[in-house]
Amino acid sequence: MSASLDKGVRVLKEIIDAPIASYFSSCVHCGLCAEACLFYTETGDPKYTPIHKLEPLRRIYDQEYTLLGRLAKLVGLSKPVTDAELAEWQELVYNSCTLCGRCSVVCPVGNDIAYMVRKIREGMSASGNAPDGLKGAVTRTVNIGSPMGIKLPAVKAQMKHVEADYGIAIPLDQEGAEYLVMLSSMEIINFPEYLGAIAKIMRHAGKTWTLCSEAFEATNAGMQIGNSDLARVIVKRIVDGAEKLKVKTVISPECGHAYTALRWEGANLIGRPFGFKVQHIIEVLEEFRLAGLLKTEGMETDRLTFHDPCQLARRGGVIQPQRNLMAMIAKDFHEMPDAGFMNWCCGGGGGASAIEEGEELRLEAFKKKKSQLDAVKPKRLVTACANCRIVIEEGLEHYQMNVPVVGLTETIAEHLPDSVGNE
Amino acid sequence: MKNSTNLATGVVASLQAAGISRRDFLGFCATLAAAYSLPATAAKTIAAALEKAARPSVIWMSFQECTGCSEALTRSHTPTIESLILETISLDYHHTLQAASGEAAEKAREQAMHDNYGKYLLVVDGSIPLGNAGFSTIAGVSNYDMLMETAKGAAAVIAVGTCATYGGLPAAQPNPTGAVGVNQLIKDKPVVNVPGCPPIPVVITGVLAHFLTFGKLPELDALGRPKVFYGESIHDRCYRRPFYDQGKFAKTFDDAGARDGWCLFELGCKGPVTNNACATTKWNGGVSFPIQSGHGCIGCSEPNFWDAGGFYKALSAPAQPLKVGAGVTAAAAAVGVAVTFLNRGKKSAAKAAHETTSLDDLEK
Amino acid sequence: MDQLQLLTWARGNGLNLALTIFVLGVIWRLIEIYGLGRKPDLSAPRDVPGASGWHTIFRRSVPPPGMFKTSPVSYLGGYVFHVGLAVVVFLFAPHIELIKNLLGVAWPGLPSQMVDFITVVTMAALVVVLIDRITKPVKRFLSTFGDWFTWALTFLPLLTGWLAVHHLLLPYTLMLALHILSVELLLICLPFTKLFHAFTAFGSRWYNGTVNGHKGVPV
Repeated sequence: MSASLDKGVRVLKEIIDAPIASYFSSCVHCGLCAEACLFYTETGDPKYTPIHKLEPLRRIYDQEYTLLGRLAKLVGLSKPVTDAELAEWQELVYNSCTLCGRCSVVCPVGNDIAYMVRKIREGMSASGNAPDGLKGAVTRTVNIGSPMGIKLPAVKAQMKHVEADYGIAIPLDQEGAEYLVMLSSMEIINFPEYLGAIAKIMRHAGKTWTLCSEAFEATNAGMQIGNSDLARVIVKRIVDGAEKLKVKTVISPECGHAYTALRWEGANLIGRPFGFKVQHIIEVLEEFRLAGLLKTEGMETDRLTFHDPCQLARRGGVIQPQRNLMAMIAKDFHEMPDAGFMNWCCGGGGGASAIEEGEELRLEAFKKKKSQLDAVKPKRLVTACANCRIVIEEGLEHYQMNVPVVGLTETIAEHLPDSVGNE
Repeated sequence: MKNSTNLATGVVASLQAAGISRRDFLGFCATLAAAYSLPATAAKTIAAALEKAARPSVIWMSFQECTGCSEALTRSHTPTIESLILETISLDYHHTLQAASGEAAEKAREQAMHDNYGKYLLVVDGSIPLGNAGFSTIAGVSNYDMLMETAKGAAAVIAVGTCATYGGLPAAQPNPTGAVGVNQLIKDKPVVNVPGCPPIPVVITGVLAHFLTFGKLPELDALGRPKVFYGESIHDRCYRRPFYDQGKFAKTFDDAGARDGWCLFELGCKGPVTNNACATTKWNGGVSFPIQSGHGCIGCSEPNFWDAGGFYKALSAPAQPLKVGAGVTAAAAAVGVAVTFLNRGKKSAAKAAHETTSLDDLEK
Repeated sequence: MDQLQLLTWARGNGLNLALTIFVLGVIWRLIEIYGLGRKPDLSAPRDVPGASGWHTIFRRSVPPPGMFKTSPVSYLGGYVFHVGLAVVVFLFAPHIELIKNLLGVAWPGLPSQMVDFITVVTMAALVVVLIDRITKPVKRFLSTFGDWFTWALTFLPLLTGWLAVHHLLLPYTLMLALHILSVELLLICLPFTKLFHAFTAFGSRWYNGTVNGHKGVPV
């Protein structure tokens, strides 16, 4: 119970760097970031303007790191940030931001606003102003092993189911395997087809792989709550596991922020470059495809579209591979408007879906995704992130739209020969 | 110079004696009427007034001056109408034009002042030094004393030339003699400023003629100058204005633009900030004026034209060499580096004091 | 002090003071901002041609897909007044003369009538973006005193310069003095207001492009 304003402010002083200083100095209050953010466009409330979500950080930057700002604070012209203000900002920094990064690509002066939201979360969490839902998720991840509280026995149980259904052994703790496969809680509980699909694909491609009993969870709630200390604990598990098992590549599952946490933040959290590669499953599939290792049969014939998870596409750099893979198995594929790099967020990433009190806002913001689907009118929606899947399914149900959502990996796997079991 | 109040030997008579026909005289009056934007019928009124006018006494005092104003007024290749205005007044005292000198000259002045007390016109050229009475004296009397004494009985004072109006070149930095213009010293008499270095001759005589005709000085602007001659800038009447408007500027005194008669803005022309009649009335009987001769206006009828940043510096150019150089850059870098030092120190201190967040630490 | 003395002061000591504070402010602020540095990125980069900080410096001047339709006034108004300002400042002969005196470099200018027209268009664009800032909820919500003040700082030099050239409102000498003084005020305030984006936007775009380029995303 030792979170305090002092700690929060101290952490914010730590994380302020030249980019943040440059960004705050460049903002001209043009408001274009708001036009790119679905939380503003669907609610019309200016308080959701992305740069506004950073106001406490801007004041701290000004008061601590600029000569004139320091003088202003000294003579009382600039008020210090209070705990009440940080508490007030919780909704803006967490509920109404998924770190989707649309604001960052739109800002005319080049501000990376999503980066700054990620950083202000460090101060929010250290001062005790993070949402309860995320506190719970990170506590469960650190103490139990996953944000949804799944322990190894549950994982092993799912492994058994999948082995039975697919007739393929699921390796565990296999030292020297080429790939270490990570899972997200969502997949373990809600979409076990993913594990089966992995098994099929790896066998088909002739690759060695394994799960890790000490590090099966990819999701990093520490990153979502924005606390590097906790994010580090979670990442370290994966790094230790990967190094112990001497794998070449760690595969991040169909999840958005798990990929960001491991692929981009991971090395910086532990303070050294990784000795192994990190790839999203979609990147792995694309590699297999290019190497001629994926010989699919047949095509989906219904009208399909693809939802690009923000952390995979815009924030991760994986934009074309999913399209190449869709082309392999979709006969009637149609892009939704703004697809790809400029895709609109599902509204639930970055931990937002774990925040109960943010549900109403999320559902309102979902109108944007709904408008994309209304425009493209798909029979089914394909995506590559389990969290997006859940969030979109919830949204579709709320708006009474009947559009089943499926994962790309499992769909690819379904079109590989020796398909046994689930169709 | 005769001191004359004899109505019979009035203006017209003396003009005829000098060989100026009545036709020429009426033409001169028409020119004056036009200069004052009066209707054509006013020419007759001016003529009638001048014919009837007694020749008023004019005392011309020269202080710290170069005599250029008198030169301009009297310079003529052929007898010009302007110079003949001198025939309509009784010029009772003028250093360079009078025949007498020494004590006789001073006596003539005192006599004229006495005989015409309250009615004579005092014309002044040259600035008055306030720094030390000894900087400029006439017959041992300081300019200041002579001015104040002579002004007492004057009906009006006409300050001719930029020196008498605003201090002129003697007043240029650092103004070693403490030179000032007449209107800084005379506050209780009507003073009209006729600036220029020198002023256009017809402007000088035009002011005199106005006084003779109407018995008062013409309408003046905020700087005490007759609006009729100083109401517009050179720029607004300059024949090269179309080139300014198009952005065609001569860059040197003999480049193609200069030879094509382009605008002289970049060569320092102060036409836009100078009010005078040069562009319309011109000089030497309407022959030319500086810009027409290819040199930019130096702004000589404006106060402080001498310290306005250099005759050859365009109005958009700095008026003096800048002092922003290595010193400022170094100082700025020092400030920046000092602040960065403090900033980095603060950041390191925050990092050093970092308390690793554990799960408990998420709660307040 | 009369008009000509005020003009001479503006062209002399005033300019000196303003440029001194400007140079001082720019250098100090640039070091103050970029001196904070940043940690190196230890994650493995994704090498994609066309994705880098340098690319973003230029590419970010183009509205991303879909954004122009969403906010045409922001983009159009912004482009018109920025380009207009650049043209008026750098392609008007009397200004080029000033730069020649300051830095020793010069270039041909545009015909003055064109600059005159562009000045009017620029002022109109500034008025349009001002109205936009007043009427659009997000802009109004974000706006502080600094936004209104810097708008006036930017508008006044255009207005006073245009009025001077056209001999409107005040005598030319005074109007020109006010024009130069308004520019000096702009110079003094620039490093300490949002107008400093004139310098930092390049740094910000570069950082943004570098971080995203590291991930292989051209932004």
